[in-house]
Amino acid sequence: MPRYWSKLLGLITALLLFPAQMFAAGGGADLPDLIVLVADTRRLTGLEAWWGNLYNMGHLEFALVTVTVIPLSGVVLGLLADVVMSRLGIDLRNRALAEH
Amino acid sequence: MDWLHTLMPIAGVPIFWPGLVILGFGVGIIGGFFGMGGAWMVTPGLNILGFPMAFAIGTDVAHMAGKSLISTMRHSKFGNVDYKLGCIMVFGTIGGFEAGAQMIMWLERIGEINVVVRWLYVVLLTLIAWMVFADVAKRKRKEREALATGKTLDPLATGLEWHKKLHKINIPPMITFKVSGIRCSAWLPIGISFLTGWLAGILGIGGGLVRMPALIYLLGIPTHIAVGTDLFEVAISGLYGAATYSYKGRVELLAALIMLCGAAVGAQIGTVATKYVKGYGIRIFFGLAVIGCELSIIMKLLSGIFPNIKPITDQAATVTVLGAVSGISLYILIAFLKGVHEERGQRRSPKVSSAHAD
Repeated sequence: MPRYWSKLLGLITALLLFPAQMFAAGGGADLPDLIVLVADTRRLTGLEAWWGNLYNMGHLEFALVTVTVIPLSGVVLGLLADVVMSRLGIDLRNRALAEH
Repeated sequence: MDWLHTLMPIAGVPIFWPGLVILGFGVGIIGGFFGMGGAWMVTPGLNILGFPMAFAIGTDVAHMAGKSLISTMRHSKFGNVDYKLGCIMVFGTIGGFEAGAQMIMWLERIGEINVVVRWLYVVLLTLIAWMVFADVAKRKRKEREALATGKTLDPLATGLEWHKKLHKINIPPMITFKVSGIRCSAWLPIGISFLTGWLAGILGIGGGLVRMPALIYLLGIPTHIAVGTDLFEVAISGLYGAATYSYKGRVELLAALIMLCGAAVGAQIGTVATKYVKGYGIRIFFGLAVIGCELSIIMKLLSGIFPNIKPITDQAATVTVLGAVSGISLYILIAFLKGVHEERGQRRSPKVSSAHAD
């Protein structure tokens, strides 16, 4: 393998394995603390109030619920839209691959 | 008209919810058609609707994951998703994205972040737009030359063919991607995805805007498969982004879900429209979308250089983004409706002719 390829390969591997260290080298300056936001649950009721409280209690559960709900809703809504599209009377399985 | 506004439980702001549905629908169409998340369109749109910027970005990323999943499902049924390629690229994308995010923090420390990011964006978009239109011009020239010699050009022939040189890189392991119809070193897609992920991390975007042209021009895969495979990547990186932004408490799930209702329909329309538009049609309109995005960033840059005209340039940037979104979605919607009408007509006509024969 030519020498420059092995160098390039080494650089890419280093970037993949240690991106933080490579780009953040020489750091140390203090960053301002993250601004803490609190949901105002006084005006919320039912599911919205539960959601607001979950957010206020900690972001881990909030994040877990979010990353579960988003793809699930995507799949459900996608399947529903699929049902609607299948009623259009067009072929939804094949297409001709052509650039021009 | 209170029922047209809903209170966002986390951000605490009342939002005009039909606006969210329309925004989701428009970006769903464009995303499904071009294979991108469309952060450059959604973030200013959400900001206009009243979201604080941090929530606008986080909510956009979260909705992007769901919307891209819908489009990926549809593209997959057409055979437009190369999962093998997508899975290999995920490693490069995530590594690159993290490297880009770290670089942003470094730029933030030295206080050059806004200028560097915006200028990098402009240079990159200029390069992409040039690539798209240079490719179109070269393909047309090839077509004219073929016509002059009485030959016909291959339907999959392209203008720019940089990928042919890149495919000659012989670093093991060499991999065949059957769906994309290419064979190359595994390091090529990993390197490309790292580079595009790094750019996405620096620019704070999903990456479709740079990955889609990279898949076409550097990897040399057909446009339709580039669109489908890129959406698969966007869905994964969007989910990763949704996790990090929600952990930082900057996602408004309710808004993302409302947007998804519009995006579910829009994404299906955009995806099915690719069936009726040839690869170069997609490339040309992608180039126009890139120009629209670039113009809006130039206007933002101008408002930084000339603060006196800031109100005008900011407004003009918003109008440009929304104009580009509306114009391009309208074109795709018309292509979809025309295609469906023609296909249904063709499906009906054999029955009519057989009825006449009876």
